[in-house]
Amino acid sequence: MRIQGRSIAIGIYLIALFLPIYWLLNMSFKTNGEILSSLNFWPHHPTLANYRVIFTDPAWYLGFVHSLTYVAINTVISVTIALPAAYAFSRFRFIGDKHLFFWLLSNLMAPPAVYAMPFFNLYYSIGLFDTVWAVALAHCLFNVPLAVWILEGFISGVPREIDETAALDGYSFPRFFVKLFLPLIANGVGVAAFFCFMFSWVEQLLATTLTTVNAKPIVSVMTRVYSAAGMDWGLLAAAGVLTMVPGAIVIWFVRNHIAKGFALGRV
Amino acid sequence: MMDKPWNNRAWFFVIPVLCFVLFSSLLPMMTVVNYSVQDTMGQNSFFWNGVAWFQNLLDPTTDMGGRFAAALVRNLIFSLVVLCLELPLGIAVAICIPRHGWRVGATLVLIALPLLIPWTVVGTIWQIFARQDIGLLGAALNGLHIPYNDTQGPISAWATIVVMDVWHWTGMVALLSYAGLKAIPDAFYQAARIDGASRWSVFRNIELPKLQKVLVIAVLLRFMESFMIYTEPSVVTGGGPGEATSFLSLDLVKIALGQVDLGNAAAMSLVYNLITLTICYAFFTIMTQLDQRKGA
Repeated sequence: MRIQGRSIAIGIYLIALFLPIYWLLNMSFKTNGEILSSLNFWPHHPTLANYRVIFTDPAWYLGFVHSLTYVAINTVISVTIALPAAYAFSRFRFIGDKHLFFWLLSNLMAPPAVYAMPFFNLYYSIGLFDTVWAVALAHCLFNVPLAVWILEGFISGVPREIDETAALDGYSFPRFFVKLFLPLIANGVGVAAFFCFMFSWVEQLLATTLTTVNAKPIVSVMTRVYSAAGMDWGLLAAAGVLTMVPGAIVIWFVRNHIAKGFALGRV
Repeated sequence: MMDKPWNNRAWFFVIPVLCFVLFSSLLPMMTVVNYSVQDTMGQNSFFWNGVAWFQNLLDPTTDMGGRFAAALVRNLIFSLVVLCLELPLGIAVAICIPRHGWRVGATLVLIALPLLIPWTVVGTIWQIFARQDIGLLGAALNGLHIPYNDTQGPISAWATIVVMDVWHWTGMVALLSYAGLKAIPDAFYQAARIDGASRWSVFRNIELPKLQKVLVIAVLLRFMESFMIYTEPSVVTGGGPGEATSFLSLDLVKIALGQVDLGNAAAMSLVYNLITLTICYAFFTIMTQLDQRKGA
């Protein structure tokens, strides 16, 4: 009967987890009139009008495009440059390695609020302000250390004998790294990419500070619903629901590795 | 375990990371340091101001100092409260996650979902959910005649932010703990069964000690994240009512971007960053020591 108790407990937790999300979903299918008229648990006159606005108005759907673009750029940069560094940290000792590692990690703990103002100045002065590149680079601040940390964990799990055997077999280092080593830590690369995706996707303060018009992320496009005419709750809810979709898709694909990544990557 | 070979050429592997992180961390940091010791008269005319901003900030009798001290205390209380709630709840959830079959994957995905919702949207969800007229939570509480109004009452606002944070982040503690539990060999449980150990003593003597390291990471991450919290409260309460939920980040953004008070904001940034770094260093030391004890 203990198994039963557990299932009930986890069931209650999941329901509590889903009530707020359901509420958002519920609202996204209603008109503003219905939302504000009374409290009801499902849309009595379901409408897709809110979603139609998002998919037809360029300001809205470009928000999604911008967000996904900088997240993709950031993930690629972070994982690519973190790979060799993680390899070095995992395999060798060198002057200042421990301090460097801690310094990298300390960036992970940097409050974005501290960096908002200087980032604005920096990217403005080098002409990257209001581009997806500015956001992608700014997010490297915490994603690169994160990727190094996770990958270091995975690489340390691969026995060093493999490197030595490859060297004896006459593999050059780059060929060994790409042909033999990368496939071995493919899981780790996936998990690192997942975490980079996640943190870049959910971060909003820097993304909003560094963009005004041309590269506005979806989270700041969402503020459009606050207008003089009152709040467009339905539209806001629909946009909110759509922002969950990419995360849900990614998480479905990596679900089997998540727990492992948390343990091995020590994050 | 073999010692790692000494090889200074490994530095070449680290250079790209170094360049990127220096660019995105050191250059902005220098700007902050620069602002923190200067005063400005309008655009682009700066003059040396010494440590006046810092003196101001660290003296709680001044306006700025009082504000900073209050925000710091609020932030520390908030971090402690959410830690005390999320840690036990996360462990409990991890223990309840099914062990076999398709339900494992499904449960993990569901638990992780809140982590993947953009923080503004998390705020938006709770802003709607807590409304007294159109939100389920607000309406239900008022229906039960519990005085609740998250835009007027400081206690309601706090409760909303805390519940939101628990909703948002317990999943991470649960995932970490689940990963830790999975790493416990079956033999331990079998031995406990033979000894006729109760569920509680299995938890107390086997699971909890094995989770120790993972829990340090959970505490570290949760503490840091809640200490930096910005987006969600800024959407839900905007720091109000009054100053009730103005945490450090919110206050900082208000001063820096709202009032464009660069000197004060920069000094505050530096002190704030230093506090975070100190706590981070303490945790890092604990973690490496646990690592070594395990390795030994």
